[in-house]
Amino acid sequence: MNTPLVELSKYAQAEINLQLDAEEKISLMREMIRIRRFEEASLKYYNADKMGGFLHLYIGQESIAVGTISLCGANDHIITAYRDHGHALAVGMGMNECMAELFGKATGCSKGKGGSMHFFAPDKNYWGGHGIVAGQTPLGIGLAYGIKYKGLTGASLCFLGDGAVNQGAFHESLNLAELWDLPVIYIIENNGYSMGTSQKRSSAFKGSLAQRGEAYGIAWESAKGHDLYEVRAKTKAALDRAHRENRPTILELATYRYQGHSVADANAKKYRTPEEIVHHKENFDPLNVWKNQLIQENVLDEDTYRKIDSEAKAEARQAAEFAEQSPYPEISEITDDVYFEVDKKTTAGSQGRHFFHD
Amino acid sequence: MTMTLYRHALNRALDEELAHDDNVVIIGEEVAEYDGAYKVTEGLWKKWGDKRVVDAPISEAGFIGMGIGASMLGVRPVMELMFYSFAYVAFDQMINNAACVRYMSGGLINCPIVVRGPANGGTNVGATHSHTPENLFANMPGLKVVVPSNARDAYGLMKSAIRDNDPVYFMENTLLYGDPAAASELPEEEFTLPIGSAEVKRQGTDVSLIAHGRSVIVALEAAKQLQEEKGVDAEVVDLRSIRPLDEETILNSVVKTNRAVLIDENKPFCGVSSQIAATIQQEVFDDLDAPVLRVTSIDAPAIYSPPLEKEQIPNVGRVVEKVMQLG
Repeated sequence: MNTPLVELSKYAQAEINLQLDAEEKISLMREMIRIRRFEEASLKYYNADKMGGFLHLYIGQESIAVGTISLCGANDHIITAYRDHGHALAVGMGMNECMAELFGKATGCSKGKGGSMHFFAPDKNYWGGHGIVAGQTPLGIGLAYGIKYKGLTGASLCFLGDGAVNQGAFHESLNLAELWDLPVIYIIENNGYSMGTSQKRSSAFKGSLAQRGEAYGIAWESAKGHDLYEVRAKTKAALDRAHRENRPTILELATYRYQGHSVADANAKKYRTPEEIVHHKENFDPLNVWKNQLIQENVLDEDTYRKIDSEAKAEARQAAEFAEQSPYPEISEITDDVYFEVDKKTTAGSQGRHFFHD
Repeated sequence: MTMTLYRHALNRALDEELAHDDNVVIIGEEVAEYDGAYKVTEGLWKKWGDKRVVDAPISEAGFIGMGIGASMLGVRPVMELMFYSFAYVAFDQMINNAACVRYMSGGLINCPIVVRGPANGGTNVGATHSHTPENLFANMPGLKVVVPSNARDAYGLMKSAIRDNDPVYFMENTLLYGDPAAASELPEEEFTLPIGSAEVKRQGTDVSLIAHGRSVIVALEAAKQLQEEKGVDAEVVDLRSIRPLDEETILNSVVKTNRAVLIDENKPFCGVSSQIAATIQQEVFDDLDAPVLRVTSIDAPAIYSPPLEKEQIPNVGRVVEKVMQLG
């Protein structure tokens, strides 16, 4: 068996995890594999010049999106930053629409208007996909405000990276979250680097980044992000706090990205050692850790794993074919989706000039 | 005849819209218990309570962004900026999020938010508090920018802004809140005014004075003086809405008078009047008997010194002088 022997999770016995049956556990495995294979296919086609712009890959962090979102119910909402493909697949978006968006095609989830950093699926409670570091955090408390305003029992899962914690908008949102008792869970996916600057070189902190919540009276917790059971257990506690008390939580999950900040990160292997990357891959790879856990539990065997993996690879390959064959948007569609009232041809949308190009 | 002040017309519109739709919530600094820094929200908290009228901390990026997020879920926040100059600390939220989220989601998300507050100079509060950012925001597709010049328009446009499903940035004026010249007679019955519709506020034949916001009041005064002292019959066009823009009313007026002077409290470089001038020359060049001239703010940050600030922003004297330059 080529799976390295890693420590089994102490959180397997958490109540929320004891509720998982074998099929659900395999489904979590499948979701993580699908994200990885989607991202690997994205990288391949990015390098083949099939897409433009940036590509921020989620490889290495899969257990966070899959573990947290696996607990979400009908009134729980999700918002994240620009490393957003993993969350998109975890909420149930299809590989086709996601890959087509990367290709800039009309069949993309945003009709080719958003790109890699801007995936959305409001029908699946997924509110993006936001390009400006920490710019999504005030929106995240806005979702929580909306949930509470409408009298619903739900939470806003607001994902951010460790580089986002030094933005003013994040701190303003923390103050409001606590001041107004908003059911928001900040999930800091701490991969150690804000682009090429390590946490030590970018953040002043005591203990952990999440501990900054103490200054605002916000409950905080940190956890190992590669351990799906631990992610679920800690997320469940935060969800209970949001659902029962309308109270915020900061949850910091330690993780690691194998690729650069984006594919355009020329220094991806300069600000950290190759040994560091190998160390994480060998010891803390979320797919390996979960696979090993499930094999030990006799829930998964190598054959099933290989089958899931080849299905995920085929799905990603087919998504790329779908994207390749899809049409680009028409030039006439550039000005669609700017104004609701214009798109819907309402009375309000027909008054005055809205667009000023010749 | 009872005249309603600009601030009271806005107050009535807000009150009626709070009644009209349970999703409407007013959020801003000092809007609730303090009754509004400029008393636009006076009495609303007492009437509607904590859920509907909410005091925010001084944290514009935070609470404006929060309102944008809430609007994506169907809440209809009416956010007050105590000064529109403070939009600059919430700029990322107001541009990257409110203006772009519909587009970047391929039309899946919309943002029915109103961000309102005074955007004007002329009150001796220095450069940081005297910005007129209507041109900045109107530059951004996805946003609507409304600048009413009087109480009636403020009332009818505010109601439309709150009912609109796109982000509307609604710019008021501290000098107009209590100005009898901006007061209007309001009927008992509710009404709305469409966003994107200009209005000829004074008929004339010799020159079109095209303005928005308080500059309309200045233009009307100037027209009176031009008539009485110079025998020039000026027409005054009130844009009311910057984006969408009612070009038809502007062009009809210029075709009628063959001359245009644009009055615009913006700074001149890429001000609202720059866009209007471009449209006029492109569409009705042959109807012009003279170059299109502009009266804008003098091109420096807003000066504090009270008598000089009166000269820096458009005033009656400068408008009359500019019109007479047309020959």
